[in-house]
Amino acid sequence: MEQIDSTIRGRTAIVGFAELPTQRTYPGRSTLSLFAEVARDAILDAGMRLAEIDGLITGDSTNSLLVAQTLGLTPRYTASMTLHGANGASAVATAAAAIAAGLATNVLCIFGESRPASSSRLNAEAVARDGGGPRTLASEWEAPYGPVIAANGGYGLMKQRHMFQYGTTQEQFAKCVVDERFNAVENANALWVGDLITIDDVLASRMTNDPLHLLEGVMPCSGANAAIVTSAERARTLPHPPVFILGVGGPVVTNDTMRTSHDITVSPTAIAAPLALAMAGYAPPDIEFVQFYDCYSIYVMMCIEDAGLCPKGEVGGFYQDTDTTYLGTFPINTDGGQIGGGQPTGAGGFRHVVEAARQIMRRGGSRQVPKADLCLVNGNGGIASVVTTLVLGSAATL
Amino acid sequence: MPEFKKPGPRPANEALTRPFWEAAQQHRFVVPQCVACDDFFWPPRAACPSCLREAWKWAEVSGRARLYSFTIVRQPANPAFLEGVPYVYALVDLEEGIRMVSNVVDCLLDDLQNEMSLVAMFEEMGDGWTLVKFRPARRQAR
Ligand SMILES: [Zn+2]
Repeated sequence: MEQIDSTIRGRTAIVGFAELPTQRTYPGRSTLSLFAEVARDAILDAGMRLAEIDGLITGDSTNSLLVAQTLGLTPRYTASMTLHGANGASAVATAAAAIAAGLATNVLCIFGESRPASSSRLNAEAVARDGGGPRTLASEWEAPYGPVIAANGGYGLMKQRHMFQYGTTQEQFAKCVVDERFNAVENANALWVGDLITIDDVLASRMTNDPLHLLEGVMPCSGANAAIVTSAERARTLPHPPVFILGVGGPVVTNDTMRTSHDITVSPTAIAAPLALAMAGYAPPDIEFVQFYDCYSIYVMMCIEDAGLCPKGEVGGFYQDTDTTYLGTFPINTDGGQIGGGQPTGAGGFRHVVEAARQIMRRGGSRQVPKADLCLVNGNGGIASVVTTLVLGSAATL
Repeated sequence: MPEFKKPGPRPANEALTRPFWEAAQQHRFVVPQCVACDDFFWPPRAACPSCLREAWKWAEVSGRARLYSFTIVRQPANPAFLEGVPYVYALVDLEEGIRMVSNVVDCLLDDLQNEMSLVAMFEEMGDGWTLVKFRPARRQAR
């Protein structure tokens, strides 16, 4: 690999965050109303004042102009992300680079969405595929062949190919779901809080499209997350232990699963994670726990392989033999991730960043993992289209 | 209850892909091939992704393919497809080296196998559209 420039390694840190509970809807509240609440909480959590925020990164469900103007901010640096589930990790990466370059000092990263009731959303989607909606590559080359809802088709295809190439079993995929649900039990912000399930429960859930079970996916929800990134110097003067941004890889873009001729069991994580680790100066065995984008069990599992945390093709056996709960030897998605916690669309990929910071700050409460100094965070957008990987660490890892 | 109808192809750029759909109506299967570097690519786009040259042509392909991956649809996004469930939504590798989304038809679900040999066929969907679909190259002995 080429030499990695580590100029921004450890120069910035996450110093505060806030998270609204993930729930199906927030009746009567707009996305910008959720943003106002979560921004206020995050700024307070960081020990800052509103007037100190001079950078803003948001995206997808809204844009940075609207957010700045609504929240009364006057940022001198702003960016709007359009990377879907990769937004959260990408925003932190962009904030780190902007601060290290002197373009801003205190950056608010904020994502979320207040969704309409799900039935109207699904109807709208069906109508879109029936003839309305935007004309895209999908409306020409996929819709006439009868796709399934949301991203189930693409991830079902990935899973089927992974099972064929590597012999990964349904029980092994189900173990990933069971462990994440276990973690969600200790997360009051999670959608499925209190609902433990078994491997048999997952296998008994209906197939949305074979070989994908309903419980292997995520429930689209409402919610919002925010975090404050600042310089390492400032971070040391603030109330919480800084969560240093040690390494960044991405956003790495590849063609999505429906429009590529490459091996669809390999994600852009295979490019992004080595870049992030090289910048941080760490190797996969050094990583103590991870927060990985989990729209489906197949995706978190193939990214575990692609990040080098187990050999390619062996993630099934890895899950079978490893307790990946917050009590286990290699914790994954300690807040339940999206599979256990629900997918707050617009903020789906940001919960992984927030939970990494929470754990590294030792604010995990009843789900705090004992070894929480070095974490790999992975954000994914589209149908395996774009990935940003972060290495986050405590002061001990600098 | 709204009435649902199987959508025809709705191109983002009708002028770009009209030759594909016209060829399909005549039961000819064509894909973009770069004039400069000879690479085939899919889906059609303004420039060849291998060399970014915009000089490409529609080249007729054999229709011989292999089943790369598949998922069995039981709950389609569009209720108009419910009458056909369960059916196969697949990624198909053409022997020319490109991959496309399609359906595999005329095949029992139990007979589906990754890498099985397929051949292209044409299915009229009404409204003047003809879709390229795939069926097993050899009928499985039952
Ligand atoms: Zn070319």
